[in-house]
Amino acid sequence: MSAKTEVSLIVEKNWCKGCGICVAFCPKNVLEIKNGKVNIRDLEACIQCGQCELRCPDFAIYLGGK
Amino acid sequence: MVEKKIKLMQGNEACVEAAITAGMKFYAGYPITPSTEIAELSAEKLPKVGGRFIQMEDEIASISAIIGASIAGVKSMTATSGPGFSLKQEGIGYAVITETPCVIVNVQRGGPSTGLPTAPGQGDIMQARWGTHGDHSIIALYPWSVKEIYDITIKAFNLSEKYRTPVILLLDEVIGHMRESIELPEADEIEIYNRKRPSCLPEDYKPYRVKEGDLVPEMAGFGEGYRFHVTGLVHGETGFPTSNSKIAEELVRRLVGKIEDNKDDIVETDEYLLDDADIAIVAFGSTARAAKSAVDTLREEGLKVGLFRPITIWPLADKQLVDLSKKVNRLVVVEMNVGQYYLEVDRVAGKYTKVDKYGRVSGELITPQEIVDFIKEV
Amino acid sequence: MPSQLVNEYFRTENLPHIWCPGCGNGIVTRAIVKAIDNLGLNKDEICVVSGIGCSSRASGYLDFNTIHTTHGRALAFATGIKLAKPNLEVIVITGDGDASAIGGNHLIHAARRNIDITTIVFNNNTYGMTGGQYSPTTPTGDKGTTAPFGNIDMNFDLCELAKAAGATYVSRSTIFTANMLIKQVENGIKNKGFSFIEALTICPTYYGRKNRKGESVDMMVYLKENAINIAAYDKLPDEQREGKFIIGEIYQSSRPEYTEEYQKIIDSFSKGV
Repeated sequence: MSAKTEVSLIVEKNWCKGCGICVAFCPKNVLEIKNGKVNIRDLEACIQCGQCELRCPDFAIYLGGK
Repeated sequence: MVEKKIKLMQGNEACVEAAITAGMKFYAGYPITPSTEIAELSAEKLPKVGGRFIQMEDEIASISAIIGASIAGVKSMTATSGPGFSLKQEGIGYAVITETPCVIVNVQRGGPSTGLPTAPGQGDIMQARWGTHGDHSIIALYPWSVKEIYDITIKAFNLSEKYRTPVILLLDEVIGHMRESIELPEADEIEIYNRKRPSCLPEDYKPYRVKEGDLVPEMAGFGEGYRFHVTGLVHGETGFPTSNSKIAEELVRRLVGKIEDNKDDIVETDEYLLDDADIAIVAFGSTARAAKSAVDTLREEGLKVGLFRPITIWPLADKQLVDLSKKVNRLVVVEMNVGQYYLEVDRVAGKYTKVDKYGRVSGELITPQEIVDFIKEV
Repeated sequence: MPSQLVNEYFRTENLPHIWCPGCGNGIVTRAIVKAIDNLGLNKDEICVVSGIGCSSRASGYLDFNTIHTTHGRALAFATGIKLAKPNLEVIVITGDGDASAIGGNHLIHAARRNIDITTIVFNNNTYGMTGGQYSPTTPTGDKGTTAPFGNIDMNFDLCELAKAAGATYVSRSTIFTANMLIKQVENGIKNKGFSFIEALTICPTYYGRKNRKGESVDMMVYLKENAINIAAYDKLPDEQREGKFIIGEIYQSSRPEYTEEYQKIIDSFSKGV
């Protein structure tokens, strides 16, 4: 089983303030801002690098167990 | 029979001895005349009882450090004089709203500003009451002898612990530097009050919750497993900031109420030959010593004069002053300022009797003869 | 449902936080918590002390022993706490104005004493809480609401200040290089003495807007492109240093720690010496 299936990208939409930092620094273009909040555009492309979680000022996106 | 411990002591020294007896384990201060001996003696004595002393970089740092230490669970004190007392007002307000027990000694000197560093003054009476901004109440105590400095310093710690509030101990240059023989009480004669600890488990603890019928919350210390938050912002029982108007109103009312509603417990006064007096002198600190001597002289001359001495300056001994004003024909407030406590005496007692004031701001003590002359004149 | 890290160390009932969209303070706060998690410290033994300002609001969100003090005085309160209970791991969260203007005196003396406190300065180059006035770290020439014609003050290099004053661990990172920041906070906590960590963060709402620095992403890109690791910076010719700033572990040394020295005095009496 690959790591990809064990770990998922989770968004806490209520906390997201839509700054777009996670979108800008995602190396695989997984994320977008939709209606002022982060949205997972292409989960398949995610490599679970955790850059989004590292730099999210709102604790609104993170890698978590499925 | 137990041999009593008699010691020749300076006022400032008695303050330190008493503070250690009361349980002081932390002192932070900054050198300033005429309070410096309190810092010097604390530096010498505290490590011997497992306590800690630090000379901070300034007066504000000193009061900030003692508040921090108290929240960490350790009884703490700082001492200063006029200019330093001005700087400490920031921290006093923080201790009021965070309900942090601590003792602030102000050995008063002549002011304003740097004023008269080595001369006595009593010009900080109103600053003790209203020096920090915002609505609040405060406890300020003012002894008049070396022995009483000892007793009242212990009382200052006890009241600060009991009511979770900063207590200001007012001294003046004369009583701070005066030496007298005092009889130290035995340990079992001294009552020590410690802050109420949480009666609940950490997960149920709310740092500013008060029980029904009580106005003082239980206090945990940092590092004891309670993990609470402290802020100088208005806060509810959880300790977290809020701008909720109802909570703000309740908080300030409770902070004032826990002191003003407990005057019977807090206020201490003393009197001398007042039973048959026509005239009562109102005085405190070193001025009261001159006033007592003036009473004796005037009595010898056949005048029925007595002395009323508030030991608790704040909250105001209004009930006692009103009672007194109904018994005498005249109140004469004598203080080393242009009339600060007088304003309060006149406010509460002025409608029942004539209130006069006699003051001096030259840095010289008011002499018994001056008081005698003034009273004969009026 | 927040992440395990946030659940474990934050008072989630107080979230979302009060900071503006794109403010970097959350990134620094998370980095501090991540460092604490990596070190496996006991929450009951951690005390977070903050002053006044945007960054100082962080203490209220963290599930430790926390105290939000008066403006500039966090280190003075922290000194009292550390001396009263030396077993506590004391961490100070402060801003550039809080630490180096109103609290500048406390900063240099805490560093001089080498007291075991880890200080993290959230440097956003402005007074955010009051609406964007210039601070001691606003670059010369930049604007603030109180510097409408450009700041004529020289700005502080906070790390050089801390080093000169006696701190025994001094480092700087940015919110872009957040992993480096996490490592620095770990090393700062591990250092037995005064540790000073400058976290370069962003205020897009006031400083960014006033100085036409773009959105938060643009300000992050600026940090990314101009921060040079200390080793690389040393090798750069002067002309290429223009506009760049050093990140990394800038200074480390070892000397007696304050509370340990005081304990020796206490012990000398309890042993009857």
